[in-house]
Parts: sequence; structure tokens; C-alpha cells
Amino acid sequence: MSDKKSILVIGGGISGLTTAIEAAEAGYNTIIVERNPYLGGRVAQLNRYFPKLCPPYCGLEINFKRIRQNPNIKFYTMAEVDNVSGTEGNFSVSLKLNPRFVNAKCTGCNKCVEVCPVERPNSFNFGMDKTKAIYRPHEMSFPVKYVIDSTVCPGTQCSKCVAACKYNAIDLNMKPETLQLNVGSIVYATGWNPYDATKMDNLGYGKVKNVITNMMMERMAAPNGPTKGKILRPSDSKAVKSVAFVQCAGSRDENHMAHCSSICCMATLKQATYLRERDPEIKAVMYYIDVRAPGKYEDFLKKIQADNTVEMIKGKVAKIEQDSATEDPILTVEDVLGGKKITQQVDMVVLATGMEPSIKGKGIGVKLDDNGFVIGDGQGAGVYGAGVAKNPNDVMTSLQDATAMALKGIQSIARR
Amino acid sequence: MADNSKIGVYICTDCGIGESLSIEGLEKVAKSELHVPVCKSHPFLCSDDGVQVIRDDINKEGVNKIVIAACSARVNTDMFDFDQSLYVTERVNIREHVAWTQPPNTEPTQAIANDNLRMGVMRISKSEAPVPNTTDVERTILVVGGGNAGLTAAIEAASAGYKAVIVEKASSLGGWAKKNYKGYPVKPPFNELLAPSIDSKVKAVEGNPAIKVYLNSKILQIAGEPGMFDVKIDNAKGESSSEETFRVGAVIMATGWKPYDASQLSAFYGYGRYKNVVTNVEMEAIALKGKIARPSDGKPAKSVVFLQCAGQRDENHIPYCSVVCCNVSLKQAKYVRESNADAGAYIIYKDMRTPGIYENFYKATQDDPGIFLAKGEVRAIEEAPDGSLLVDIDNQLLGKDMRIQADIVVLATGMVSNMLPDGMAVNAVTPEYVGELITKKTQDGDIQELNIFPWTLNLKYRQGPEMPHLKYGFPDSHFICFPYETRRTGIYAAGAVRHPMDGLQSTTDATGAALKAIQCIELTAQGKAVHPRAGDTSFPEFRLESCTQCRRCTVECPFGVLDEDEKGTPQAHPYRCRRCGTCMGACPQRIISFSNYSVDMISAMLKSLDVPSEGEEPFVVALICENDAYPALDMAGINRMNLNPNYRFISLRCLGGTNLVWVTDALSRGIDGLMLIGCKYGENYQCHFIKGSQMASERLSKVQETLGRLNLEAERVEQVQLAINEWDQLPRILEDFSEKLKGFGPNPFKGF
Repeated sequence: MSDKKSILVIGGGISGLTTAIEAAEAGYNTIIVERNPYLGGRVAQLNRYFPKLCPPYCGLEINFKRIRQNPNIKFYTMAEVDNVSGTEGNFSVSLKLNPRFVNAKCTGCNKCVEVCPVERPNSFNFGMDKTKAIYRPHEMSFPVKYVIDSTVCPGTQCSKCVAACKYNAIDLNMKPETLQLNVGSIVYATGWNPYDATKMDNLGYGKVKNVITNMMMERMAAPNGPTKGKILRPSDSKAVKSVAFVQCAGSRDENHMAHCSSICCMATLKQATYLRERDPEIKAVMYYIDVRAPGKYEDFLKKIQADNTVEMIKGKVAKIEQDSATEDPILTVEDVLGGKKITQQVDMVVLATGMEPSIKGKGIGVKLDDNGFVIGDGQGAGVYGAGVAKNPNDVMTSLQDATAMALKGIQSIARR
Repeated sequence: MADNSKIGVYICTDCGIGESLSIEGLEKVAKSELHVPVCKSHPFLCSDDGVQVIRDDINKEGVNKIVIAACSARVNTDMFDFDQSLYVTERVNIREHVAWTQPPNTEPTQAIANDNLRMGVMRISKSEAPVPNTTDVERTILVVGGGNAGLTAAIEAASAGYKAVIVEKASSLGGWAKKNYKGYPVKPPFNELLAPSIDSKVKAVEGNPAIKVYLNSKILQIAGEPGMFDVKIDNAKGESSSEETFRVGAVIMATGWKPYDASQLSAFYGYGRYKNVVTNVEMEAIALKGKIARPSDGKPAKSVVFLQCAGQRDENHIPYCSVVCCNVSLKQAKYVRESNADAGAYIIYKDMRTPGIYENFYKATQDDPGIFLAKGEVRAIEEAPDGSLLVDIDNQLLGKDMRIQADIVVLATGMVSNMLPDGMAVNAVTPEYVGELITKKTQDGDIQELNIFPWTLNLKYRQGPEMPHLKYGFPDSHFICFPYETRRTGIYAAGAVRHPMDGLQSTTDATGAALKAIQCIELTAQGKAVHPRAGDTSFPEFRLESCTQCRRCTVECPFGVLDEDEKGTPQAHPYRCRRCGTCMGACPQRIISFSNYSVDMISAMLKSLDVPSEGEEPFVVALICENDAYPALDMAGINRMNLNPNYRFISLRCLGGTNLVWVTDALSRGIDGLMLIGCKYGENYQCHFIKGSQMASERLSKVQETLGRLNLEAERVEQVQLAINEWDQLPRILEDFSEKLKGFGPNPFKGF
């Protein structure tokens, strides 16, 4: 539509999508670059949003529809930014497009999956189940194209999928490509990764079988997750009767991440409703430093408290060990208000792991702070951060920011 | 136009469609029964080759209405992307909704596909490509309020090439930010307080030729619609006031907040009774005087106690948390210490809420041994003879009571939206709109009516002069994923008026609102809808000669599109419209339609169905929401779930468009049951047209009485609330309704 240069949005999660779509609907060309084979980012993995307990896919579906019908928006999946140079109004960006091994002819019929002999841990579900080497990231994924995991696919020596595909949609010889873009402004909406729980030695993740993370809990609770919505503990797939939530796992901790991840208290309160919904008898307890339910979220906290959905104890979890007979996790907690030490055995522990900026340690063309977040002010002109790449925030706040950054991106172009 | 229309039907045979269905059978339906002039099948329709077949027919055969019988409307949209201004494209789903959810090659499976094709051809034959209603627009944005959010919105809009007009009721710009002594840090390093920066924004506005400022002014009226709002203001000049009028394209409501009325905290906290009990806002004023001194006698304060959540997180005062107060008290504690190294500061909190990067500031403050922080509850406050205060605290960290002697007690009182008139309690705001309930006497008895206070915007809208609010007077978006989803198209709330937020967030929010205002103006100019049907160029048309002035459409429109003349005839403001079709569903006279969506269209689709004249299995039509229920059905298909074969699905833009005539159309055709599948409604509603599914359910409750009179069971019509990710429940939902219908026996109108 506009003959002006495009806005490049790095990251196709909910913030990046928002920046790109909002700018495009204001009449500007936008390009989304996404590392994953699908758009939607972290929220695509969430079962529900707090406080409405509504599915994120409802909003994603609308956004995908907006992309489909708007010629101003282009997107590249499986793409990474290799290099950025230039100045506001005239940036040169080189992209690396990783091979999908499936081309645009894919119809999503699933015949390839039926014949594929190789399995891989399903990264979308944090390895809690498996997909074939050729797979669709999940059934609502957009774009509707399958993808091959080249780290497990035997390649041309197998070729069963190639034979099964009537549409010539599979190309096992696909190679990485590079692409040069010339854009007017750049918005980094690179989002976050769950903090690596194995780094918190005392909390037992990876050693105590029934310690999971809050993001794993989201996938378990999702109807399209590895357990089809059942909340089962990993060691023996037993329905849980007691669950402990450990807040600030990696957040507000100088040894891990100094910042507060903003969302984990509300996420735990929300996950307590998952338990209550499945079995009102499940005993849930939450160990916290402060319960952070800012603004109108307070109403949600009050509702949870009134319903006794989860017992809240101000306390620091010192360690988590495994009971050898039952494989139950055993927590040792310093109860701050009671001034005593608690030992508690539960069926499963959920670590409320925080958000670590994905761009940490690898920002290309952008300045980061000590915690790895994109610095809000003080970038070169025409370069902006949006969403959790800049600040650890909830979805709504991130999207206010993403919308604002659409305007900043536009200003860089409209001015010239 | 209908004379020129030429329909082409294109059937894809693969992805298992051809193995599951008789393509010949489908072609027969198209050609022999529906007399479609062009009908072709292709083994790979979404290939370049397949699409070329269609393009050739468009170019050579004059096909201008294209029916694609293949996969879901949600996939391959880029391939079947024919110019929407010239051609109408209709997708008939025979893959996910038929071949993938039904056993192959059975009569019932074929019957669904045949019916889907019939409905698709009927839908397209009643559909014309909309002609975009382009218009001249005013590229100026009205910003109501000249505080941080308002100033930001104006500056940011101007930086993108738009004009802005700020209307501020006070005599100067800057709002609350101007009354701050210092700000708390928002970026590293987090150990230094910031000098106030609002003056630079005020200067930027005053020096910007694209921004006009009216001080001492209030809005008398906003009339019109996006792209062309006519604004009348009262602009006080000296003693006299004068009216001015001007036109804007969009409105940003940045009217900010007010401190909670601390006199309500007199009994417990002693505010107003003890001179040295002040609010956090008053503390800024004390600090601005240059030293931290006791209000009672001007003596330097050696001990300051901050009581968090004073009248907050409290059902009797403000039930919510105001987000900023923990940071504000940390900041004030810090400047108390900076002004006097011997002074001590005490912060008594329920939970310290310094989310995100502010944790760094909290941490830096904790390093000062002169700032004492404790989780606790205040038991009592007394005034000593010398004017100092004795604060009794239950210190929960130490597990014991303690008494602190304070020169000043600062109450961390919260923020109230300026949507609320002064003195109105936040926990007693009338639902949906801020106003008062008044009792009116009518011949049918007393009825309660809401009198909405004309307080800020004075909209000339039939549905009331102000923005709807969600709760506590915040005119916020209900949606997590769409924070600017407004119920008044072209009018966006920003800053602390919409929910409690600090200066940093309100700067961001105002920038976002400026983008939305710009976007709305640009889409309006092109005759396009804004979110969620962004880009839709269809427009509702009214056959007013048949209007009976029943006012249902003007009442039910979720976006206040329709005003009324004195008689009650609707007056449309089409650029306010979001194209959901709720008005169309509301109208008993069926006078409202879009060129590509109408009551008649869905009626014709219902009538096109081949309803079995006998059989054990109830035959059901389900009207489904296209945003959530339709994809949910796709997911059932992708998961190869088996669905009851006796259902036919018709997608609607929103269930709010459900017209009751469809119930009669369906049941009089012998259809055994009608199901509506739409979004969840109620407090946590998921409808992006606000109330569509709720409206549908209210309408259904009325039709059920009518059904009773026809000797048809009211339960033959049922509404189901289904979220997009609940597709796993679809098989059970369909079976349950079917079982229930079996209990009633066949529809007695069958075969008539």
C-alpha cells in the first residue's frame, strides 16, 4: 500500500504480531521474522489467560485472520536475523531462512506423518510427549504447514514422506537461504524463555521426577497437550492429589534473575483453578515472598482466597528432595510468618519459573541491559523494543507496549 | 447486479475428499439441482495449476462468484485470494467438516457434503461484493486531558504527521506529574530518584504547531462518528466563557485519576483528625516545599511511617490495588532519608508490589538500613500530646506487636478513575455506565432506569453520553489480547483513567492509543472496519420504509452505532459500525442487511437443506460463531474425531446476528432442532462484539415461549457456550443434544 519502507518486527509472538498488525492496519508495510516454524510464540503454549481464564488461541485466531487478509504484512518463519546495519529510515538486515523441508504446496493432510518412522521429543510440549520427525507444531499452528526436524530425520535415505506426499510438498534437499532486507525501522519483540530450572540446584528440577515448571503445567492442562488436559505427575502418570507451587523460582534472586517476572503469582493462582476444576479435593499450596496481583487483578486474588483454591504461605523453599519409596517430592520450607521450618510431602511440585529475555546475550543491532532486556530509551533512532523483550510484563501490558511501538516504528518512516 | 452474476463451483478431490465422497454426486447437486453454470473438480485445487483453472474461468467464462468446495476457510486463503472488490469467494468446507470427521462413502457423509454445497451456493447467490464507502476524514485527534497521558498522545500523534487538540479543564498542563517532587527510577541504575520530566513534555506541546491547546475548557458535546466527530467546547476566557466548535477524526480520553478521598479514612487512620497524618499525594507537596517537616508545627520529621494499601485492597474503600503506591512509598522513604540522614522511614505493607524491573529499585532501597520494611497490619494510631503519632503495628515478620513513634504518617491512598464524578464510591458504581438508578412510575408499575452522568465526553449517542466502564469506573478494554478494543469506535481511553498505572505505563499506553486513533482515521477514510473485522468494507443498509420504530437495533448495538429520531427510527452512523450484524439479528422486520450478509441469505441456506422426511436420528442445524466455533470444528477434523452426521453448520459473523425468523424457518422445514454455538458470556465474556452470544441467548429465551404455543418443545432450540480450544467436547455436545431431541420424537412439521 505505502511506497515507504517497511517496519521490521523481530519476533512473531503476541507482541510482535501486535506491532506488525497494528502498524499494517494504519497503512504501513510490516515484515515479521520468527525463529519458530509457527507464529504465536509463548502464548500459543498457554492453556488459558488470567484473569478471564479464556484461551489465548481466540485472540491469536483473530490476529491470524488479520494477517491473512492484509497485504501490508509479510512474515518469515524459521528465520533469524544475522546482521543489522544502517540508520533510521535505511537499515540493511540480513536474514537466515532455515530450511523447513516442506514447501508452500503442503495442504496439511497429515499423510507424511502416517508414514514417518522416526520420533522426536515434542518441544512444543516441553518433551512430555513425542511427534514424528515430520510434524505440525500443534493443531492450531499458523501457517498451516508441516515441518521436518532435521536433527532426527534420516533424510533422503528414508524419503518415505516424499513418496507419501501427493503434492510434491516435501523437499529433503532444501538448504538454508539468506535474504537481504532494506527497512526503515526495527522493533525487537523477541519475547522470553522460561528460566532454565536446572540452574536452581536446590529445587530439584531434573532430579526429582515430579518437579515440573509452570509452563509444563500449561501444556498438561491444555486439551491439546501431552496428557489431553489431564494433570498427571510425570513419574507414574497418577492423577495428582496434592500440589505445591514454588514462587519466584529464579526471579527476584541475585544468583539467577534480579527482576520480578510480574506474571508468576497470577499464573499460579490461575493454575490453582485448573486443579480445582479437575478435582475439588486436590490440596494446593503456594509458597511466596509477596503475592503480586497488581491493579484489578486483586479481584482474581480475592476470588481464589474466598474459594480457598490454594493455601498461601509466605515462605522460602530451601530445598526439594525425592522420597525414594513414593517418588513424592519433599519440600523444606522456611515459614516466614510462622517463624518455623516446614517439611511437606506432595504428589507434584510446580516451579513458578520466571521469564528470561530470549535476546539475552545475543542482541544483534540493539543494546541490552544487565538482565538481558532491550533498553527502552537510549537505542539508536529507529530501533525499539516491544513487550517482554523490553520489560517483564503480563500480556495486556506487553500489548499496550507493542501497539505503542507500532507508532514509534511508523514515526521513523513517516518523518522522511 | 444479480443479473451479471455467474457462479463457478470448484471441487477439490484430494486430502482424502475424493476417497470419502462421490464427487460425481456433488457435481450433480451443483449442475442438475442448483443449475450452476460452471462446475469443475480438480485433484489439487490449491496448487498453481488448480487456481489457474479458476482464473481462466474468471477471465474467459465471466465467472464472478467462486465457490470452493475443499478445505476450511481458514487455510489456503493466500491461494484463493481473488480480488474482493470484483469477486465473491465462498469456501465450502468438505474436508475438515466432512471427510475428516465422518466415515468414508456412506450416505450420511455424502448428504452433509451435498448440503454444505447447497448452502454455499445459496450463500453466494445472495451475496454481492461490497462497494467500499470511502469518505473524507479529519486527520486531527482530540485529546481530552492535558496530563502525562494526554501530552504524550498529542506529541506522538504529531510526530507521525497528525494534528492534535488538547482540551484540559485546569488552567495549566501537566496534571498530577506536575505536583511530584521527584520520580522513582525506571531504568538502571535503580538507586537514584529522578527529577520530574513533565515540564519538557509541556514545552514540547506548547512549541508544536500541530498541537492546539485549550485550557480551562470542558467538552459540551461530541457528535458524529470516526473520521468526522464534531466537538463543541466551553473555553473559558477570563470571566466569560465562550463556545468553540471544531472537527476531529478520533478521540483519546486521557482524563486521568484522582486520589481516593482520604476523609473516608478518618475513623481508623485519623486522617483529618491528626494533623500529621497525610496522604502520599500530600507528601509530595510537603517535599516540594524543600524540607520534610511536620504539618502541625513545621518541625523536621525524624520518623516517617508509610502505611501501604490505606483504603485499598479493601471492600469498604477501593477493592483493587493501585499498582504505583509501593514504588511511591519507597521513593518517598528514600527522599526522607536523603533530606535528613538521621531520619528513619518505616514502610508497613501487606505485599510489596514492585513488579518487573521495579524489583531492582526495591532491592536498592532495602540496602539502606534507615528504611525499615515490615509485612504487617496497623492496629491503631493515636496522637501524642506533642502532635507526634503512635502507630501500633502487628509485625508479622517478627510475629509480635510493635509501636512506632512517628512525626508524619503517610497513607498510601489509591487512584480513582476520573470517569467517576467526585464523591462517588468506587465500590458502588452502577454496572456498565456510571450513573444513578432512578425509579420511574409507568402504567406497568415502577421501573428502574439508569441516568448516565454526562461527565467528560458528552457524547451525542443514543446509548448515553459517556464510555461504558467495566468495573470501578474504569473504561478499560475487556480483552487481554486487544487492550484497545473499545466499545465506542474511534474513542480510546488511555492512562490511569482506564486502569491504575504509573507514569511510565501511561506514556506507553497513550502512545498506543495515538496509534489506534490514527489507524481508525485511516481505515475510516477507506470505508473499512476496525478490529476485529479490520478491513471489512461491507456496511449495514436499512430499508427504513418497513421500520416499525421498535428500537431493538438501537438498544442492542454493542457499539452505539445507531441513534434515533423522535419517533424512534434508527439513524445510522456507519463509520461507528464494526460489522457484527447484531442489529440485523435484532430486527423483527428484517430490514437490516449487508450486501454480503443478510437474514434472507441465512434463511435461503436453511431452506436449501435436504431435510430427511423420516428417520430415527434427529436432524439439527447449528449456527456457529465463525471466530471460535468454526475453528473448533476444524480442530475436531484435524484430530479426525467422529462427529454426529446429522448436523449442518452455518457460520455467522457473531451469534449476535441471530434473527429469530431463522428459528421458524428451520423448524417449519421439519428440522428437529436448532443449536447455537458461540462464545462464553457473562462476567468473563469472550465475545469480541461484546454481547453477541448473550444477545442471542436473550432472544432465544423469548422464542421459546413462541415454540410452546406451536406445541413444539422449547428445548428444541439450545445455545452452547464453547471456547475455541474446547473442540474435544464437540462430539459429546452434539450427541447430548441429539439424545435429548430423540426424547421429543420427530418434529411434527416434518414433511409439510
